[in-house]
Amino acid sequence: MARRENPEINAGSMADIAFLLLIFFLVTTTMNVDSGVSKKLSEKPPADYVPPVIKEKNIFEVNINRNNDLLVENEAMDIKDLKEAAIKFIDNGGGLGKPGEDGKPGKACDYCEGEKSESSSDHPNKAIISVQSDRGTEYGTYIQVQNELLRAYRVLRNKLCQKRYNISFTDLEAAFKDDKTNEELKKKIEAIRNAYPQIISDAEPTS
Amino acid sequence: MSKFKKKKKGMPAVNTASLPDIVFMLLFFFMVTTTMRETDLRIEAPKLPSATEIKKLEHKSLVCTIYVGKSKDVSKHGSGFNRIQLNDKIASADQVPAFIINARSKVSEAEVPFMTTSIKADKESSVGTITDIRLKLRDVNALKVSYSTQKGAE
Repeated sequence: MARRENPEINAGSMADIAFLLLIFFLVTTTMNVDSGVSKKLSEKPPADYVPPVIKEKNIFEVNINRNNDLLVENEAMDIKDLKEAAIKFIDNGGGLGKPGEDGKPGKACDYCEGEKSESSSDHPNKAIISVQSDRGTEYGTYIQVQNELLRAYRVLRNKLCQKRYNISFTDLEAAFKDDKTNEELKKKIEAIRNAYPQIISDAEPTS
Repeated sequence: MSKFKKKKKGMPAVNTASLPDIVFMLLFFFMVTTTMRETDLRIEAPKLPSATEIKKLEHKSLVCTIYVGKSKDVSKHGSGFNRIQLNDKIASADQVPAFIINARSKVSEAEVPFMTTSIKADKESSVGTITDIRLKLRDVNALKVSYSTQKGAE
């Protein structure tokens, strides 16, 4: 056997292998970002609380029974029609809005595009959506209903925002997220939110 | 000039043998620091409902999660879809206030109003269970709730 000096192993490609592994893990790792339908619960009413009297026409009643069927304003409805019905109700604008905090009388809705029907809601800030579900209702259906109602508000807000500021509300919110110190954007968002406040109440479920 | 040229000619290749070490170090760093999940699930991973109007949950440290779904241990807890998991245990809705107060003690006073409760419930759970939790949350004034969902198609 001839004595040879052993040659060095070329380790140059080792880096490639390690990089491949690193990139594989980087790509396949998913940080599951939590997201969901956010909701603010109402505060606990005091013991002697008397609920205010609300006109029947200002309440949009959605009932879900234990078989996950929908009853909207005493009529059976498919979940896909719920959004349109909610939009029609909120955007009706048939009367005067809530009086301001300074005691000024309420104004009629000058941006609503609804039918101005006597038998539907007076003003978006008076329009209350009440969701009544059964204890046995499936949670999936409940979330679907909430989602459709939120979509109705989203459509209305987008429409108004497009008309007033020439930008959709979704984009406006995204712009504000990138620039949180911008007071002008904040004011615009507040204005739109106040024009169509989300008033969705969850009634106690029937058992 | 000829002196300089001679030197350049004999330039050795850069030794790349330590490059894998560096890359492996990076790999191990990521592998060690990545945490997958903080709590073990005592219920089967809930099949979340899907929705389009969703918001991302920010500030992970201010979020406490309540799981609702089917227990893994059917012989002990039954096969219904309405088991509630707080921390690492199956619990009842009555224990929710204690859970929230315990979570509150871990954050500073100023941040308490920004705390959010994320409810991860299975599609097939019933609204009654969610309502029970909601009433308990209202009792302890934990009013910000997020119903965890998947992002669905329009």
